Amino acid sequence: MWTYERSLQYPVNISKPDAQSAKIIITQFGGPDGELAASQRYLSQRYSMPFKQVAGLLTDIGTEEMAHMEIVCAIVHQLTKNLSLEEIKASGLDTYFVDHTLGLWPQAASGTPFSATVLQSKGDAITDLVEDMAAEQKARTTYDNLLRFIDNPEVRDPLKFLRAREIVHFQRFGEGLRIVQDHLNSKNFYAINPEFDLRKPRCGS
Amino acid sequence: MARASREELMRNYQVMCFYLDDITLYLQTHPTDQAALRSYEKFKQLKKEAAKEYTDAYGPLHSDNVYVTDRWTWADMPWPWERQE
Repeated sequence: MWTYERSLQYPVNISKPDAQSAKIIITQFGGPDGELAASQRYLSQRYSMPFKQVAGLLTDIGTEEMAHMEIVCAIVHQLTKNLSLEEIKASGLDTYFVDHTLGLWPQAASGTPFSATVLQSKGDAITDLVEDMAAEQKARTTYDNLLRFIDNPEVRDPLKFLRAREIVHFQRFGEGLRIVQDHLNSKNFYAINPEFDLRKPRCGS
Repeated sequence: MARASREELMRNYQVMCFYLDDITLYLQTHPTDQAALRSYEKFKQLKKEAAKEYTDAYGPLHSDNVYVTDRWTWADMPWPWERQE
């Protein structure tokens, strides 16, 4: 289970609304490489992960991704809170506004709704960890691209924190992959699915 | 000494939480790193102190730590996603 903690993992205090930035940052809430997808990817994969240490890693990183989703939503909320109708229209946020007003809804920058098709839980330890490493890199690239467009240091600061965490998670998942491989035959790590083919036989079968 | 602001105490708590989170993650893949194990113990204590300091001055961080008067106060304080005015 989880308990709610009344604090952000990293502070967000944005004094100036900016619809243009909010429109693109929302992609890290509900976009293909966003924090919602990240959290559900790792938290779904962990149940069948046969190596306890790696299941712990998926749990901890999946939990941290939920905290990142909260940071992204706090950024978008503060960027949009006091916008005027004129600013909403001029920025093109009006197409979002008609459906959601200034509520938070998980979508990509393009307007595509959040979809579980952007993530995978394959039931194969190696496949999943390679997916996870790629996911961290894709999220890092997305933060890099957001930072190309955003000048306000109050917005850049938490985005830079989130970017740095993608790199740390990439490193940890790489170590998780190594831990899995340490349990396997080094002559061919990819000959079997360690989650399915190494199961202990049932009693009596 | 002037009373520390909500922002200062929250920042201190966030810093301690972050140290602890990052070391916890590191320990998942380096379970025998003695220096990291000592850091874990150190920041576990510092986080506990920072949480107490914040809670005593500005209210609970968790709903199982609400000081009960004659009404429920958990929702009285600002939520973390709101800008600190």
